[in-house]
Amino acid sequence: MAAGFKTVEPLEYYRRFLKENCRPDGRELGEFRTTTVNIGSISTADGSALVKLGNTTVICGIKAEFAAPPTDGPDKGYVVPNVDLPPLCSSRFRSGPPGEEAQVASQFIADVIENSQIIQKEDLCISPGKLSWVLYCDIICLDYDGNILDACTFALLAALKNVQLPEVTINEETGLAEVNLKKKSYLNIRTHPVATSFAVFDDTLLIVDPTGEEEHLATGTLTVVMDEEGKLCCLHKPGGSGLTGAKLQDCMSRAVTRHKEVKKLMDEVIKSMKPK
Amino acid sequence: MQADAKIRTESGTESGPRGPNCSLRHFACEQNLLSRPDGSASFLQGDTSVLAGVYGPAEVKVSKEIFNKATLEVILRPKIGLPGISEKSRERLIRNTCEAVVLGTLHPRTSITVVLQVVSDAGSLLACCLNAACMALVDAGVPMRALFCGVTCALNADGTLVLDPTAKQEKEARAVLTLALDSVERKLLMSTTKGLYSDAELQQSLAAAQAASQHVFRFYRESLQRRYSKS
Repeated sequence: MAAGFKTVEPLEYYRRFLKENCRPDGRELGEFRTTTVNIGSISTADGSALVKLGNTTVICGIKAEFAAPPTDGPDKGYVVPNVDLPPLCSSRFRSGPPGEEAQVASQFIADVIENSQIIQKEDLCISPGKLSWVLYCDIICLDYDGNILDACTFALLAALKNVQLPEVTINEETGLAEVNLKKKSYLNIRTHPVATSFAVFDDTLLIVDPTGEEEHLATGTLTVVMDEEGKLCCLHKPGGSGLTGAKLQDCMSRAVTRHKEVKKLMDEVIKSMKPK
Repeated sequence: MQADAKIRTESGTESGPRGPNCSLRHFACEQNLLSRPDGSASFLQGDTSVLAGVYGPAEVKVSKEIFNKATLEVILRPKIGLPGISEKSRERLIRNTCEAVVLGTLHPRTSITVVLQVVSDAGSLLACCLNAACMALVDAGVPMRALFCGVTCALNADGTLVLDPTAKQEKEARAVLTLALDSVERKLLMSTTKGLYSDAELQQSLAAAQAASQHVFRFYRESLQRRYSKS
């Protein structure tokens, strides 16, 4: 009977739960789904991470290749993110060129990398003006159940922490690069941006970590990306119902606690992995 | 009918050092300048200029139709080059902002298309696009529950806030925040930011943007009053 009501009036069904300050899956309004992370699972990639946020599953693989540095920054490297939402993860995506959702997510991840200065591009330079690293970050969604931006940001961060770059020297005589695979070093990750997403219901209620259905019923979404000092890297609110300054303040405080949870989880996983 | 409403804001106009209490650049708006679209507007902010055209409510492809409301579509064309993912991202931002204010339920199974062409970019581009889109929607007579405006705030390294920055100020700033506010309750409809900033600075920018939006909404009102008082 409840299933019938849910199909016919999904919004009303939801409101009944929200009135009791909880959601159909039993979570409270400010509670995140169970987050699990698996680092270093792809052996062919230089760095990888798999993140599960409830049912939403996202995997990030990072490959490092050589490239000539850009002309306007001869001592810089490149970080090229790409978010792919294949038809595998949800029936709403078709195969073919990236849809709007994937493009917006790619742009969002590029902005987060740029704004938070997670990696100093100068660290990726091998020889100024001649050779530098380019990190191709491929983020693929395996199961879409809402809150894709949080999962992608976390997967990217975890994968970057896992990347090991071999030492490269430029041979003076031949001018070619010599790669020493035996000597590898981790990247210098300067900040740890963590994203927290909210969905706005009926213009007033804010819920954290929306699932796919909740995103569909929501009247607006908001994503806050914060680093460990409480500085905001990105406040992404693509339209939707209006929010007052006070509501934004609540979101910020929730984002701060979420940052602590995620950082703790990641540190635990990394500690349990070493020594290789 | 072309009502060329050039209104100067009280706190003065371009160049020179600008303090934190609302010194927006000179803006101008012209409506109904294109013959084909149902509504059109050209919005100028300093040297940044965007041309907007609105087609709708019009017929919609069956694959895109929504049974109980209008399908909103936004197309943003950059001045040079082909549109890339940053344009797609901005289209999504503008579209969601418009969806929040347009009364789509009055025109179900129709499409409302907003086409924006960047004519010149001298800073605060996204805010100018939002303003042009709003004026064009009004010109087309699309029912809306509120007007919206875009305001850009740039935070410098020393913490000072500059509203409506030029391209040079945007490049030198530590953080640039573009906020869209609605006219009824001054709530935050859309926000997109670049750079690092603190929570307190966000609240400060929001307050400054709310103050600045009053000027923009007054300008909208006056420009429309002028236009309709001539007929």
